Amino acid sequence: MSIAANPGRTGARGRWFAGSAVALYALIAMIPLFWIFATGFKSPPDSIAYPPKVFFDPTLEGYVNLFTSRSRQTDEYIETLGPPKTWYEEIARSRNMVITGPSRFADRYWNSVVIGFGSTFLAVFLGTLAAYAFSRFKVPLKDDLLFFILSTRMMPPIAVAIPIFLMYRELGLSDTKAGMILLYTAVNLSLSVWLLKGFVDEIPREYEEAAVVDGYTRLQAFRKVVLPQMRAGIAATAIFCLIFAWNEYAFALLLTSGQAQTAPPFIPIIIGEGGLDWPAVAAGTTLFLLPVVVFTVLLRNQLLRGITFGAVRK
Amino acid sequence: MAEIRLENLHKAFGDFTAVRESSFTIADGEFFVMLGPSGCGKTTTLRMIAGLELPTSGRILLDGEDVTWNRASARDIAFVFQLFALYPHMTVRRNISFPLRIAGLPRREVRERTEAVAKLLQIEHLLDRGVGGLAAGDRQRVALGRAIVRRAKAFLMDEPLGALDAEFRDVMCEELRVLHNRIGATTVYVTHDQVEAMSMADRICVMNHAEVLQIGSPLEVYDRPATKFVAGFIGSPSMNFLPAKGGLPTGSRAIRVNGSEIAIPETQASLESAEAFVGARPEHIRITGEGALRGRVFGVEYMGARQLVTVDTDVGRLRVRSPNTLRVNDGETVGLDFMTERLAVFDAATDRAVPTLRAQGGLNG
Repeated sequence: MSIAANPGRTGARGRWFAGSAVALYALIAMIPLFWIFATGFKSPPDSIAYPPKVFFDPTLEGYVNLFTSRSRQTDEYIETLGPPKTWYEEIARSRNMVITGPSRFADRYWNSVVIGFGSTFLAVFLGTLAAYAFSRFKVPLKDDLLFFILSTRMMPPIAVAIPIFLMYRELGLSDTKAGMILLYTAVNLSLSVWLLKGFVDEIPREYEEAAVVDGYTRLQAFRKVVLPQMRAGIAATAIFCLIFAWNEYAFALLLTSGQAQTAPPFIPIIIGEGGLDWPAVAAGTTLFLLPVVVFTVLLRNQLLRGITFGAVRK
Repeated sequence: MAEIRLENLHKAFGDFTAVRESSFTIADGEFFVMLGPSGCGKTTTLRMIAGLELPTSGRILLDGEDVTWNRASARDIAFVFQLFALYPHMTVRRNISFPLRIAGLPRREVRERTEAVAKLLQIEHLLDRGVGGLAAGDRQRVALGRAIVRRAKAFLMDEPLGALDAEFRDVMCEELRVLHNRIGATTVYVTHDQVEAMSMADRICVMNHAEVLQIGSPLEVYDRPATKFVAGFIGSPSMNFLPAKGGLPTGSRAIRVNGSEIAIPETQASLESAEAFVGARPEHIRITGEGALRGRVFGVEYMGARQLVTVDTDVGRLRVRSPNTLRVNDGETVGLDFMTERLAVFDAATDRAVPTLRAQGGLNG
């Protein structure tokens, strides 16, 4: 057996090389993110300056524009209002704008949170129960059912956009949070069932049998013995489901408008003076990235164990 | 503590019969070992007693009460699994106290009983450790602790020593027996290792192909095997079987093996089949100058005070246990003499032993 082929035994030089490669990749992957982050703090002229500005005077104008609606007023009118009472009014006044109220961004963001986390919870909850049943019980036509569940992922979901659009219109689910939660849950469920079934299969039945012999009912054994051991799997599955539901654009664009619109279709169309308000778009994108990052960081230990499942045996 | 009684217990998985119409009674406080090769139905029987598997037909009685269709959790039975099934997300203490906490005992009592059991098993120092890093032997003890902490009606153990290495197995065998003597609980122990069975059991139940072949004390199953399978399965090295001519009337005192007569204990029934086997344990064959059967020495293994001599004869390769004061060399031609009163005769057609006036004696090696 060749030692060099064994990744567990790479020498210091190999590790240095691997480390640099990862760092380089991370750098390249981070550049667009950094550009978005930076643009959020640029003024509108800086954001479209050519050649692009790497160094600039940071301003919160993008964030103010993101969260507020404003109207342009004459100097004379602004004079009559007296001095600005808050820092964000001050920023708006510097561009001859008066804040007329909050924008719809907070609403859209909240919709994203409710729909994203709601559908993730449902997909994981139902997926856990289904996966357990598929793994442990005698289900008639089990293999066919599992294949059927998997087959719902064989085409891109958007391929059924038009039937779903028509169904939703008939059922009154268009532009409702419940409709979007239902849709994302349905799409994520196949992933969730398949992933989680793998995790349940890995848990020896003896644990439940021991618990049952010791006096638990089947359901108690599931809750107290199986569930704690599925934590890694549930965390990994939840992250995948959340990322999909959080980032989904096409259905959100098609099925939502005034009421249940999520952040993805809203952010790119924030219009400022003379076209798109790039700093506001960038600010919205930055804020939009945060929850998934936080969620992933919180669950990262579970996630690492989860993604490598099967590779590492107890 | 309880008596366990099985009546015509039967289990089939589709076309496959796992346990066929078994009936026997395990006495209160008995250490009962179910022995047999893998797939013989011993584990299925055990799981049916525990309630982890439901029988196709038949009854299970615990202390006279019919529990055949009761949930496992309602039977008050403790089970030790082969791979221990310790809950990986709990400490040793929480593992052992698990059944008590389910039963909702007061915290103080849970604590006291858990610690008493840990002391009994000498794992007090591990109580607050996780079970992940424990050595196999300690995991075994924790699993035992979880079983005995509850004072259940019976302990069922499914090859509990199977995951230990040989050296440690002997130690645990002894510990298990000492533990049993101390708490005196009815124990049903499943194993495929005849040495474990012989050293621990009050009674052994030998199974093969879903059937119970014989139930008896270790001495009985060793000295008076009911079938050729039992005779061959128990004892190491196993019994020699010499093909012989059948058709013996009741009261026969000799049987023909390869043309010569070999004396056997007087038969108590007739042997109808044309074919038969004479069973001779290695320690019941002597190497002599003459002897009824002659053969060439194929190999000699020295084992301390005794040696195991393999002899090739016209009726096959025989293993002979002899004192090592006798010097034999490979390739030498020797005569074999049989201890008549210890030979067994089996009907080749039914595999059953032919009843004889066979002498009983202590285990010999």
